[in-house]
Amino acid sequence: MEKNKPNPGKPYFRISLYLLFFGLLAGVLSAIIYILPEFLKEDLGLIKLRPLHVSSVMFWIIIGATGCVYSGLSVLSKVPPIKALANIQLVLWLIALVGIFYSYFIGDFGGREYWEFNPIWALPILLSWMLFLVNFIRMARTIKRWPVYVWMWMSGIVFFLFVFVENYLWIFPYFREHFITDMTIQWKVNGSLVGAINQMLYGTAFFLMDKITKNENNKIGYSKLAFGMYFLGLANLMFNWGHHIYTLPTDNYIRYIAYLVSMTEWIFFVKIIYNWRKNVKEALTNYHFFPYRFLMAADFWVFMNLGQAILMSIPVLNIYTHGTHVTVAHAMGTTIGINSMILFAAVFMFLTPKKVINKPPSSLLNGVFWMTQIALFFLFISLNISGIIKGLWQRDPNHGSFAEMMESLRPIFFVLMLSGSLLTIGFSIFIGTLINYLKIKKY
Amino acid sequence: MLCIAFLIFSFSIYLRPLNVRDFQGVDKVKAAEGRLVWQKYNCQSCHQLYGLGGYLGPDLTNEYSKFAGSSDVLKAFFKGGFKQMPTYNLSNKEADLLIEFLKVTDASGNGDPQNYKLLKDGMIEQNGKK
Repeated sequence: MEKNKPNPGKPYFRISLYLLFFGLLAGVLSAIIYILPEFLKEDLGLIKLRPLHVSSVMFWIIIGATGCVYSGLSVLSKVPPIKALANIQLVLWLIALVGIFYSYFIGDFGGREYWEFNPIWALPILLSWMLFLVNFIRMARTIKRWPVYVWMWMSGIVFFLFVFVENYLWIFPYFREHFITDMTIQWKVNGSLVGAINQMLYGTAFFLMDKITKNENNKIGYSKLAFGMYFLGLANLMFNWGHHIYTLPTDNYIRYIAYLVSMTEWIFFVKIIYNWRKNVKEALTNYHFFPYRFLMAADFWVFMNLGQAILMSIPVLNIYTHGTHVTVAHAMGTTIGINSMILFAAVFMFLTPKKVINKPPSSLLNGVFWMTQIALFFLFISLNISGIIKGLWQRDPNHGSFAEMMESLRPIFFVLMLSGSLLTIGFSIFIGTLINYLKIKKY
Repeated sequence: MLCIAFLIFSFSIYLRPLNVRDFQGVDKVKAAEGRLVWQKYNCQSCHQLYGLGGYLGPDLTNEYSKFAGSSDVLKAFFKGGFKQMPTYNLSNKEADLLIEFLKVTDASGNGDPQNYKLLKDGMIEQNGKK
């Protein structure tokens, strides 16, 4: 990869790595509350820790994805971004982050789930994203024939903008006065925002694969299949959010559209299984190339999570998993297993100095990589088990109290906390390595 | 084509309030203010509505009818805290607005997973309200 050009994505990587570290710490503290309910109750409590954890890791993904798009474009485009705009974009992000985290610490909320901060802090994010779009257009228009990943980046940026505005429709009483419509829009937004960010990240994964693969027949930038998958992903972004609200008494057409569209995910699933042998062969060839290792891990977690997601999209099964930790397992599996693995692949690819990138990773990094995968596996399983137990409790007409059910889950929450702590240690070592790479001036 | 379909779909949802009836016996303006109180105190961090929200506390969709609409009991919970739930300094006005919001969530349907029937096409449907 060309490393002599300045990389406009680097400041975004720096911020996102610090956010990830902070988010992981908040996550471990949150997990402790499930074991010791009165832990930090009056100082922080889950009231503050949950938004601190969720927003930090969410911004690690969003800001990290921004860095990936800038880095990828700087390789493909003939022109750099407008520096002044890129700087203002970054400053706006910093203003938003300082405002959001300060307000969380003092307990000044006012927003909704995943976006609990006062809506005023959404403004700098919105403006920043508009500048990002301007710079994207400037850089991307010099690319003659867009490969699939540039289309995916553009779709992600544009849809994020649309859905982010939609995210604040609740400010208007017209929407808030109609509870069911309001909840429908809230979860439409949450589903589609994830889809928009996924477009940016999966686009990045395709970009990396194109750069890593030496076999020209395996290049996917212009393949019909890749474009087919892109349109399928786009359709899912637009219409597949309804599985969040099967239980909500909203209009039937909303629920049936989600049910039908979510079943198209079988196509992804079958494709993954079909490609399995080819992927294994390629994985063996590229195993020692450290960034590739994370793509390989993301592939495994796509398989695990997609299988689960398809099952959860079937309403008669969803009724057992909805509102339980199975949903959290899915969220953790996708944000850590897929999104974070793709991001680590990209950040290692873009930041590792040229003289070490083609060497096998140190035994420390190698060991930590496998430790994080095993820790994530236990985290995923423990959340699923606690979710299934709660799901069965929910459907049992003679069930005991909520408090008794939560008490019975305590040993499983202990495994969750332990695996989360190991994951935090492992990811912190990756973060430290990457922060060190960021200090190197010459590549 | 896909984008046009998405816009039509989105606007069909935005226009939904024009075609649905308001819940009886509920002040929708106050309930909308109550939703802001719910957000101000970040109740969603621990509690759920229709299974959507946090996981530390119970689902509150039908909490209003569970306590037979007793404002005093609900207010005691809001202000006094309970186990891992911290104490809150809600004003009386905020507590009233929050109760109005919970009245709407309760009137909208039944969030108990036991209350759904499983249909042959794989869909689920509420078994009436209560």
